[in-house]
Amino acid sequence: MRINDVKDLKKIADRYLAEVGKYEHTIYVCGGGGCLSSKCQDTKAFIDSYIKYRGLSEKVNVVFTGCMGTCAMGPVVLIEPERTYYVHVTPERAKDIIDSHVIAGDVIEEYTFFDNALGKHIPCIDDIPFFSEQVQIVLNKCGKIPFDSIEAYVAKGGFTAEAKALGMTPEEIVDEVTRSGLRGRGGAGFPTGIKWSAGMKAPGENKCIVCNADEGDPGAFMDRSAIEGDPFCLIEGMTIGGYAIGAKQGYVYCRAEYPIAIERFNKAVEIAREYGLLGRNILGSHFDFDIELRIGAGAFVCGEETALMESIEGDRGEPRQKPPFPFESGLFGYPTIINNVETYYNIAEIINKGADWFASYGVGRSKGTKVFALAGDVVNTGIVEVPMGMPLRKLIYEIGGGITDGKAFKAAQIGGPSGGCITEQNLDTPVDYESLTALGAIMGSGGLIVMSEDTCMVDTARFFLQFIQDESCGKCTPCRVGTKRMLEILERIVSGKGTLEDIDTLNGLANVIKDTAMCGLGQTAPNPVLSTIANFREEYEAHIVDKVCPAHICSALAKYYIVPELCKGCTLCARNCPVYCINGKAKTIHTIDQDKCIKCGTCISNCSFGAIVRK
Amino acid sequence: MSDVVKTLTAEELERRANYEKLANVIDLYSGKEGCLIQVLHAAQDIFGYLPYEVQQFVADNMGFSVSHVSSVSSFYSFFSTTPKTKHEIKVCLGTACYVRGGKALVEKLQELLGIGIGEATSDNFFSIHITRCVGACGLAPVVVVDEDVHKQVKPGDLAGILEQYRGAEV
Ligand SMILES: Cc1cc2nc3c(=O)[nH]c(=O)nc-3n(C[C@H](O)[C@H](O)[C@H](O)COP(=O)(O)O)c2cc1C
Ligand code: FES
Repeated sequence: MRINDVKDLKKIADRYLAEVGKYEHTIYVCGGGGCLSSKCQDTKAFIDSYIKYRGLSEKVNVVFTGCMGTCAMGPVVLIEPERTYYVHVTPERAKDIIDSHVIAGDVIEEYTFFDNALGKHIPCIDDIPFFSEQVQIVLNKCGKIPFDSIEAYVAKGGFTAEAKALGMTPEEIVDEVTRSGLRGRGGAGFPTGIKWSAGMKAPGENKCIVCNADEGDPGAFMDRSAIEGDPFCLIEGMTIGGYAIGAKQGYVYCRAEYPIAIERFNKAVEIAREYGLLGRNILGSHFDFDIELRIGAGAFVCGEETALMESIEGDRGEPRQKPPFPFESGLFGYPTIINNVETYYNIAEIINKGADWFASYGVGRSKGTKVFALAGDVVNTGIVEVPMGMPLRKLIYEIGGGITDGKAFKAAQIGGPSGGCITEQNLDTPVDYESLTALGAIMGSGGLIVMSEDTCMVDTARFFLQFIQDESCGKCTPCRVGTKRMLEILERIVSGKGTLEDIDTLNGLANVIKDTAMCGLGQTAPNPVLSTIANFREEYEAHIVDKVCPAHICSALAKYYIVPELCKGCTLCARNCPVYCINGKAKTIHTIDQDKCIKCGTCISNCSFGAIVRK
Repeated sequence: MSDVVKTLTAEELERRANYEKLANVIDLYSGKEGCLIQVLHAAQDIFGYLPYEVQQFVADNMGFSVSHVSSVSSFYSFFSTTPKTKHEIKVCLGTACYVRGGKALVEKLQELLGIGIGEATSDNFFSIHITRCVGACGLAPVVVVDEDVHKQVKPGDLAGILEQYRGAEV
């Protein structure tokens, strides 16, 4: 059926709400990427059949949703109306929950969310700080509706913004977006309204609007979650953008590593076409618009906007020289506006609730919210959305539940391979574009890796440079050769062969590459190195001068010792040592010849008395 | 004998069906701009990898030179010109594994499977690869099959490990 106006939308919403309103309980099963890895399909299939078996089909509605946020605790399940949040819901647990909670009315507290910071189970989702401290604009439907139901999306107010926008002039839309203060969420934070205004004013019959869903930062999974959990919102945001700039064709460029996002989005596009929400005369207007999804093929540089356009055109994803800028001559030579996934997810709410409402969240020049993928040594790994300006400490400790295993915090790496790290002393910095840049980090796209005392910062810098080396497209010399030289120096340092001069050489090279690389990949590649040198110079020096890795990560610098008090002289370690560097007769205390030791760790795994330590 | 003939024709039939499928995909994209990468994805789905002949076919049917198709396919890590085997065996030859007998494991594996390093068995079931260090030095020597880490492997254990994967098939 075609939706032609707001009345049709209301009809669909009313029908859907009446339909779901008749159930006594609704069981939301998370079908996000994290939970799928924990086999939530099995849980969902079990719940479906058990509900039928218990004759509850009329009373209980079972819904498969997108990511709810606490991805490490999957499969997770939310039950309404009580709003009880269950974690690690295996089919066995699901049976207990249906028997006890749904049928007998007794919540099973020990299966509910455990708050690490507070040290107790919190059954109701609204009382859990992980959720209650969030402000969700982008994710306001993700995890709360079945991802494949356009009716459910419409019942939550979906497509009303689009209907409203089609009644406005493009200038009015661009003005609203500009006044909202929305800035691009793909990394650089360019004001979206200004970009759209340039797109709107660019002359041309054919224009393109593109969504960047390449999400290349290793450790980031926000965009993917949004698309998988609420694909219609991307269609709505892009359609409004298309109308504002005068584009008839939209493209979504999604990385090939995200097959679920690709499948769900393509399905949503098909459904939207059936309902007349894509295609000709959208919502009874004179506006024609369609969207096509293009799949990437495994190249980080294709997240850079000009390389991305090369890739959509079917070529090698090598960046183009700017100018001309995409809004002048972009995809297939047409004026093109390109935005990140999360940027588009803000649009509908801005149109519906207004620029002032949006700008009431956030601080300074950073308005609205930001979605983060929390990962690393943090208890509540997952997806969170917080108002701009929230102190990092609150994000990590209250929402994130603190550091795993009670370890000490060392740094938060923000912005991925283009970013930097935030240290303990700066934990109270508000998370906004300007404050993070001032600290040598960047907002980035939302990857936030928490690192405990067990992380070696030199090795981390080396890791990111290795990544850059693998992903550099090779077109310009500073990036291709310069980062290779930097990587070689770092490899020297982590293997104990560095010199103090190396630190200066790294700094020098880094600054040259920043200034001379052709695209953002090379220009930002040195950031993790500069940031770790600035914040953890003493760790570099420890590797170079003392030949030790303070976090005991770099194996070339590790040393193995036998604790005399614990050694029983059993000779097991000596007999298993591949290079025969352990001395000592039976029943006497053994010692390790440090000069010969190859740090393989075989002795540790053979000792039954825990007498060997690695330092 | 007749079985061999049958499998051969079945293979040939499959080959033709695959090219027909690919031709259909190319047709489907014919009206649209810049679809080479999308077509290569489809081709890799159909054939499992992108051998020269397939790239040639794509080039001919889309009006590109083979060198252009190849320059694109080689840029992206997702595309492979060698068939991926069902299971990939990676033998660690980091320092610890090397000294603890990793080399003997490589030799034994080559002997058992009759293939060299970087090669695949004729049924595309196994391939042998070398990795530098998988960070499991305390368990040396290790052999990683797909994602499973097998620890403290002796040459005599290898036949049994291979059997685990072959056995799981039937
Ligand atoms: C190497 C590199 C990788 C990038 N990767 C992404 C990415 O994965 N996703 C993204 O949205 N933007 C990425 N960007 C930023 C884009 O070039 C572009 O600025 C962004 O898509 C614009 O959208 P926005 O204004 O909504 O942020 C990358 C930039 C560079 C230099
Ligand atoms: S995938 Fe289920 S909570 Fe994120």
